[in-house]
Amino acid sequence: MEIKYKKTNGLTDTPLSYCPGCTHGIVHKLVAEVLAELGVLGETIAIASVGCSVFSYKFFNVDAVQAAHGRACAVATGVKRNLPDRIVFTYQGDGDLASIGIAETIHAANRSENITVIFINNCIYGMTGGQMAPTSLIGQKTTTSQTGRKADVHGNPIHISEMFSQIEGVAYLERVSVYNPRQVRNAKKAIKKAFTYQMEKKGFTMIEVLSSCPVNWGMTPVDALKWIEEKMTPVFPLKVFKDKGEEANV
Amino acid sequence: MPKGILTFETEKCKGCGLCVAFCPVKILYLDKSSMNQSGYNIVKITDPDKCIACATCALMCPDSIITVEVNN
Amino acid sequence: MAKQLMKGNEAIARAAMLGGLDAFFGYPITPQNEVPEYLSRYMLEEGKVFVQSESEVAAINMVYGAAAAGFRAMTSSSSPGIALKQEGITYLCGSELPCVICSVMRGGPGLGSIQPSQGDYNQATRGGGNGDYHVIVFAPETIQETIDIMKEAFDIADYYRNPVMILVDGLIGQMMESVDLTKPVKKRFLPEKDFATTGTNHHSRRNVVNSLYLESAELEAHNLALKKKYDKVIINDTRYELINMEDPDYVIVAFGTMSRVCRSAIETLAEKKIRVGIIRPISLWPFPNRAFETIDAPHLKGILVVEMNLGQMLTDVIVANNGKYPIGFYGRAGGVVPDPSDVVNAIGHFKDLVVK
Repeated sequence: MEIKYKKTNGLTDTPLSYCPGCTHGIVHKLVAEVLAELGVLGETIAIASVGCSVFSYKFFNVDAVQAAHGRACAVATGVKRNLPDRIVFTYQGDGDLASIGIAETIHAANRSENITVIFINNCIYGMTGGQMAPTSLIGQKTTTSQTGRKADVHGNPIHISEMFSQIEGVAYLERVSVYNPRQVRNAKKAIKKAFTYQMEKKGFTMIEVLSSCPVNWGMTPVDALKWIEEKMTPVFPLKVFKDKGEEANV
Repeated sequence: MPKGILTFETEKCKGCGLCVAFCPVKILYLDKSSMNQSGYNIVKITDPDKCIACATCALMCPDSIITVEVNN
Repeated sequence: MAKQLMKGNEAIARAAMLGGLDAFFGYPITPQNEVPEYLSRYMLEEGKVFVQSESEVAAINMVYGAAAAGFRAMTSSSSPGIALKQEGITYLCGSELPCVICSVMRGGPGLGSIQPSQGDYNQATRGGGNGDYHVIVFAPETIQETIDIMKEAFDIADYYRNPVMILVDGLIGQMMESVDLTKPVKKRFLPEKDFATTGTNHHSRRNVVNSLYLESAELEAHNLALKKKYDKVIINDTRYELINMEDPDYVIVAFGTMSRVCRSAIETLAEKKIRVGIIRPISLWPFPNRAFETIDAPHLKGILVVEMNLGQMLTDVIVANNGKYPIGFYGRAGGVVPDPSDVVNAIGHFKDLVVK
């Protein structure tokens, strides 16, 4: 008998606190698997943000620091600048990164801090019960856009990866998703590349993951994945926005 | 065809159904008649012999409760 | 005695480095700019970490990260900038992380002015963050004292695993004085930083630095543990100076720049046969209540609190005095610095200044 697939030791034994079918769980697994496969679990420091993934410090089997809401990239800077040979990553949702923490994130990228940002975009504030996020889609009903998001009132969905692709210091930037097995495999590849670039000291790397929120979207977990594919990807196209590794070879 | 053996940590299953939806040979289902400690209907197999050990179920499981073994 | 002339802000920066500073994170704001300017050069020259952050909020959170990783971290700012750091400071206290914060006060409220002030006494001693916490706050009077306390500050922060604030004002930051950087300071036995998040390959268990406790009983236990720590600080590190306190007619309570002005004032008053002593708090938190409990002054007519604000330390003095002596208040705000004659005059009109 040969093990084809089993839970990675990059995750602790603590059961995940996420709602049934929430793809936070899948992304946690991918990050943990990548760190285990790269053999750096013992050299990694995770920076947990505030949102549904506020407990991520309980789930990643690495040293971890809990950051204030929006400040993960600043905390990561403080850690990485003093431990340049360790692996440092932040795990942030769209409220944490694209709203309150956008300045810290942009400037960490602009300073090309040699960290990896895992950015979970699920178009909503999950932990606090379904409020509108900067990435909520036009027309999307949330508890703070109850008749649907309107551009003239609430502004348009913010395009983080597009914005960050303009920042010189960004070494690798890809937007991926996990709405089906093929996307999950591609997401893992992207996450691995980001951490590899960090290990090669190439600078700031970020992976934006289009992710689901079944409970606050009011859908079954399976329908939520369809919603990502059908509704989110047209607004947030999946692609590689920046790859300093490739540019160097070209 | 290699034959897969699935084991589930049913106490940690949240009955989300992603494995059921993406199993290419459609042998998984949520047993409406049984619940774990947390009150979730847990995943079960209809026909273990049909499992092709592709591990898609395990890949999609957000809570990493599925282990896939294969004897080829 | 290696004496040299040094500007306050630069002395703060050099003293921090002498105190073992590993990483500085700061943002421009008058009147403290020379601190990051000085460090931006010398820290990098010595292979240490310096980052000019995008905001004071980012800077304090960078300090948080560096401290979590076990390094001696510091930030400096002035009044509105320190206001922005309050959330970060309460996280540092909640996560029991050591660091040093230098605050060079300017006029307020709001954008205020860039002139010296003591209007952040409450901000420093009460804090603007959430929850039950304290920052250990020292208010030096001279640049020499600033250096001596700064050189000790990281040891105190590491010993208690808590932020320490050096609270000065624009005047101390901007003036130059003759100082000796080589004066020895107290060395403490410091425990190993086994909490530091440096990667599980580098220590036994998995380290997590965190201030989140969703179980109320657990968070209360954590609060009570913090309180025990703060009680220890009160016992061990309350600092004050008594000046000219033999049988005084009046006692002045003043700190920092204000106490320097009052030192000149009491000399003038002595010539007028009015004996005035000074209680000079050096630690603002913990506040030196003992100094008031131990006043032995049979002829004391009253206590005059003198501040460069409109009455903030005043409340602590009222509490410490516990109704024993009449208390008067003389304060100027907005960056106005009283001169000795103002203080002499205030003592002369003590009755009109008594706080009901």
